[in-house]
Amino acid sequence: MLSAGTILDSLESESIEILRETAATFRKPVMMYSIGKDSSVLLHLAKKAFFPGPIPFPLLHIDTKWKFKEMLSFRDTVVQENNLDLIVHSNQDGIDAGVNPFTTGVSEYTRIMKTMALRQALDKHGFDGAIGGSRRDEEKSRAKERIFSLREPGHIWDPRNQRPELWRTYNTRLNVGQSMRVFPISDWTEADIWNYIYREKIEVNPLYFAKPRPVVNRGTQLIMVDDDRFPLSESEKPELKTVRFRTLGCYPLTAAVESIASTLTEIVEEVLQVKLSERATRLIDGENEDSMEKKKSEGYF
Amino acid sequence: MTKSIIRLLTCGSVDDGKSTLIGRLLVQTDSVPHDTIDATRKVRRSGSTIPAGEIDFSLLTDGLEAEREQGITIDVAYRSMNLLNGKRLIISDAPGHEQYTRNMAVAASRADIALVLVDATRGVRTQTLRHLTICALMGVSHVIIAVNKLDAKDYSQSIFQSISLEISDALDRLEIKNATVIPMSALAGDNVVDKSKAMDWYKGPTLIQAIQDWVPDSTADRGARLQIQSISRAENFRGVSGTVHDGEFAVGDSIKTFPGGVSAKISRIVTFNGDVEIAVNESAITLVLDPEIDATRGDLIVKSSEELISSDRYVANIVWLDEKPLIHSRSYILIAGTTTTPAIVTKIRHKIEVNSGEHNSATTLSMNEIGSIEIATDTSLALLPYKQSRDFGNFVLVDRSSNRTVGAGMIDHVLRRGSNITHHNYEIGKTERAQMKHQKPGVLWLTGLSGSGKSTIANELEKKLFNLGIHSYVLDGDNLRLGINKDLGFTPEERAENVRRTSEIAKLMVDAGLFVIVALVSPFKGDREQARSLFDENEFFEAWVDTPIEICQARDPKGLYKKAATGEIPNLTGLGQEYEVPANPNIVLDGKLAVAENVQALLKLIL
Repeated sequence: MLSAGTILDSLESESIEILRETAATFRKPVMMYSIGKDSSVLLHLAKKAFFPGPIPFPLLHIDTKWKFKEMLSFRDTVVQENNLDLIVHSNQDGIDAGVNPFTTGVSEYTRIMKTMALRQALDKHGFDGAIGGSRRDEEKSRAKERIFSLREPGHIWDPRNQRPELWRTYNTRLNVGQSMRVFPISDWTEADIWNYIYREKIEVNPLYFAKPRPVVNRGTQLIMVDDDRFPLSESEKPELKTVRFRTLGCYPLTAAVESIASTLTEIVEEVLQVKLSERATRLIDGENEDSMEKKKSEGYF
Repeated sequence: MTKSIIRLLTCGSVDDGKSTLIGRLLVQTDSVPHDTIDATRKVRRSGSTIPAGEIDFSLLTDGLEAEREQGITIDVAYRSMNLLNGKRLIISDAPGHEQYTRNMAVAASRADIALVLVDATRGVRTQTLRHLTICALMGVSHVIIAVNKLDAKDYSQSIFQSISLEISDALDRLEIKNATVIPMSALAGDNVVDKSKAMDWYKGPTLIQAIQDWVPDSTADRGARLQIQSISRAENFRGVSGTVHDGEFAVGDSIKTFPGGVSAKISRIVTFNGDVEIAVNESAITLVLDPEIDATRGDLIVKSSEELISSDRYVANIVWLDEKPLIHSRSYILIAGTTTTPAIVTKIRHKIEVNSGEHNSATTLSMNEIGSIEIATDTSLALLPYKQSRDFGNFVLVDRSSNRTVGAGMIDHVLRRGSNITHHNYEIGKTERAQMKHQKPGVLWLTGLSGSGKSTIANELEKKLFNLGIHSYVLDGDNLRLGINKDLGFTPEERAENVRRTSEIAKLMVDAGLFVIVALVSPFKGDREQARSLFDENEFFEAWVDTPIEICQARDPKGLYKKAATGEIPNLTGLGQEYEVPANPNIVLDGKLAVAENVQALLKLIL
């Protein structure tokens, strides 16, 4: 019997409702798959929402070509095991122009290899509803975003002019050129995500678990040296530290945290105790206070 | 029945100490990352009197003040925190000013509890009454009134009592039965999480207790409902998916559908984790029915014993959300749960003044205004009064051409008028009548400015059809205004009604097997789309007579442009009123061409 009353059950039911609504009302929906823990939860929810049928939309991964190696191998295993329809897209123009996280500048790199790449992929396939795993507790501009969040032609988010969203009555209608971003796990917190992964035995990326990894200390951040493209200064030498990651992204832009949490139980405990904001380990957000709102209005997830 | 997630609406402005109050709640329930708290010990706003090293709680919430200064979005922000009893609180923080009434309605639509702040140094103000009015209207079941900043009034019991008295008058008038008034200082921390030592005369709950003690109103007398979201298909499997509301379903239950009225039994309740015996309230599940029935998205499933009241006429309260005002007689799209149907606001009964709750007469509703309306839907629905069910008593209105969400409605009661009229089917139908005339009935809808040449084209086209032996009729806008539309003027509302009546007449004529030519300015896209929606796909042709306004003015066959120039006619399309150009007409006629040429093009289109 489904037990009533637990927070996770309520969150899960509402997320499933949003996923079903998306599948039922959009011409061509797609689910973003970024390989991280939120994507893993989203994928699990999609399996539940449409069970015993298959997931009725493809998955889309935007590959910047600077992801951790362990992310890509994990992605391919998940796709194979679950028989998923995965589309991988990279911004070829950016690759040809040699855009990279070291010399291009972080915000320009993000704009070209993530935001522009995403817009290219959505346009190319004509997706009108893109499901993402953003949560309102991550960041203050996300805290204001609707669950069904309208994008004007050119994927522009106009935070001053959001479509009113009342009750659970969703207006998913679009005009020519408009599209929708959909956030089924808006109300989940980081702790909910881990508790749910634990409860549902969802497989997550090994990078979340602590183990000795080669890192260098840059400023206050520990950056993992994942391949030989990492430009080391003469005095720098990677050292092995027992670390794990709280969020996953491009390896040169995602800081590790020192931790000995190597099991799910330990991670859940750590998340509940260590009171550091999650995105503090993200190098791309911190540039200025409103950087997320700005990135989002250009089409970033 | 308990809920593990409680939704709290906070209303009030920064001046009332709202940011400080929410900030303190977050910190004292350990819901804020420690690095963020550390930052609030260091950063100071200009003019801040909080000593260095102490937490400035107000910095933890986004702070509308900061938003206004920096020009960042002013909208509802959501924040989660853990209560001390293990439940989850989701705070929806809404801006409190009158120009943001619609944002507050968004935040209030799902709130279980509303927290209304009153600044003890200023007493009950207009905005307090506005917030209470909106909360009452949006069905927030419990209101907590925080009389804040009592530290600045020496924690005076008499000040608290006089404010309480004033508040209770307003609560009585608005019929808010479930309310708690708490004396507080968010800054000093009195009665927020910890009981105040300075106000031992107060025996009631602290803020956090009042929130934690909340329980939803009993749902015992309601019947379980599920509105189908989608049909679940797999090999040898067909089920209906949706979320259960207002009760629970069990395997073996006899159910019926609406609008189909088909009966079946629940044979399985399917979830990813295996079948279950009972689908509890608010769970998202898939039902397998025996026998399999022909149900689709939007259909309701209820227990057989429940009496459903269906109607296409309702009285509702509505919050207007869009910059373009509500136009009665215009057709909007109504969304109720997963059902979508065209609907027309047939009457605005009155406007509700948000600051006083008074009712005043109104002919339209502008953005942020609230009114009581009568609404007619194209198909019958089984909506419930909002007071009885928030989930099945709400709807939104969507503009047909922009697809914007323009109105948020709450059903007050069913108007029985509609439910007593059912369509009677006659054995001789449109097909038979058309066959007898050896023709295909249809509508050609000529739209364009006055003087663009609609009537001239209609006249020539009808002559051609007549010679071809086709039974036709011209519905001319001016001619109709001499008779059936005599009572209508030229405001957007009256033009909408003009189009509605004309299109209904055209529909009767098409049903009679005729080919109808409509010559009507019909300047608004939404109205024309409403007209189109009455007909089958290959039955309706929209023709835009595109004539430059300079030419229309030069022609001026009825002298209207001259009168407009002297101010005698303020609403003339193209001058005082907008003409919305058709986005996807079946044909565009160049009004500068010879009439015969345009008539030829039309014949090619319709024959």
